Amino acid sequence: MIKKECIIVGGGPAGLCAASMALAAGCEVLLVERSAKLGGQLIKQTHKFFGSKNQYAKWRGFDIAEKLISEIIDHPKLTVLLNTTVVGLYKDQVITVLCGQDYTRYQGDALLVATGASEKFLAFENNDLPGVYGAGAIQTLMNIYGVLPGKNVVMVGSGNIGLIVSYQLIQAGAFVSTIVEAAPIIGGYKVHASKLVRLGTKILTSTTIKKAIGKDHIESVEIISLDENFKEIADSSRIIACDALCVSVGLSPMHHLLSMIGAQTKYIPELGGFVPLIDNRFQTSLPAIFAVGDCVGIEEASAAMMEGFLGGLYLSEFLDKKHPDHNQLIEKYEKELFLLRDGPFGKKTKDGLRKMEDAKQHVE
Amino acid sequence: MRIKNHPILTFTQEAEIAFTFEGKSVKGIKGDTIASALSALGIMTLGHSIKRNRPRGFYCAIGNCASCSMVVNGVPNVRTCITLLEENMDVWRQMDKGVYK
Repeated sequence: MIKKECIIVGGGPAGLCAASMALAAGCEVLLVERSAKLGGQLIKQTHKFFGSKNQYAKWRGFDIAEKLISEIIDHPKLTVLLNTTVVGLYKDQVITVLCGQDYTRYQGDALLVATGASEKFLAFENNDLPGVYGAGAIQTLMNIYGVLPGKNVVMVGSGNIGLIVSYQLIQAGAFVSTIVEAAPIIGGYKVHASKLVRLGTKILTSTTIKKAIGKDHIESVEIISLDENFKEIADSSRIIACDALCVSVGLSPMHHLLSMIGAQTKYIPELGGFVPLIDNRFQTSLPAIFAVGDCVGIEEASAAMMEGFLGGLYLSEFLDKKHPDHNQLIEKYEKELFLLRDGPFGKKTKDGLRKMEDAKQHVE
Repeated sequence: MRIKNHPILTFTQEAEIAFTFEGKSVKGIKGDTIASALSALGIMTLGHSIKRNRPRGFYCAIGNCASCSMVVNGVPNVRTCITLLEENMDVWRQMDKGVYK
């Protein structure tokens, strides 16, 4: 078993920011990442971010990733494991990692989980046909590998991810004929939706997918209209031709490592599903184990970064290696996080966090 | 199909990587994962489900869903969406839960 001062699971925005703070505070960091590149979902985000300067507003996602990586990658106290999946988390902050066919164990004095989220799926007939993709998968294929998954796409879900990925499909040369949305209103920002409508995409609210049609791969979809109780309206079925269907119905936090070691979790729909309960220092119910980013509640990458900075600072404090500017930095990033959640789109997160507070009082 | 023109991204001409899919010689490019190379070739079925033999394709692209599991160089259950393509890889559709040969 190899001992390390601090282990960070996940090299996305939250993990990278946590690593940068822990390194700046003088900790030795092992950063474990499942894929071949650091940066998590940022590396496929070609759109510019909203928010303030400290939250990298006006930067494109992949540029933010490059900046965060370049700031830490040559640090002498950082070890990065790529293509390496953490498959087990055990008592005393022990992890088992799998790289190729080889298992290795590491133990940290403290451990921070920043595993992010996975895409939710939707139940409909033939949803397993090739040509049905997650929205994130389409972004990866197009924006990292330069491969277009289809020429004529139907999108399910009109949240910001659904809208942004539709626009990115059009930028890459595809046609997005239709976006269906089960709710009576468009979920994402109006500015994104209007841009798509101008480019010829139909956005159908109170509409959902009933069935994917095709033999070996998708050839068309059957869509239906829904009434105010989300029930099918009779005779509203229509068939739309497509060669790819993109499912963008939200994300769910990847709490699984924390669940397997018995960290207290709770189902909080506002945060995306099961989430670990954390205190105001991002510490889970287990000693020396912290969690930040989307794995403790679905938000935008900007929030994941602010939580990452904060988590890294608290982790260093826990290891008696307080950052020299600890208090000022905590104040700065707490304020950014507060501002991010202060708008109308932050209400859901704030409601979710309140539920987490209530849940913690019951499990003390 | 490969994206040629893009308003934001530039995809530089990369070196070709030769590999075999179901015994046939095909080509991807440097930087591809196995699944992205197959996707660019228009190959959508990467395997079949164990019980009902239904076709399985690319779904999550981050090594999470196991829909893209294939047999690579004789090793089953390779998550081809996060495994980089290498010269002369031998790639087969997976039809069972995975057997070491």
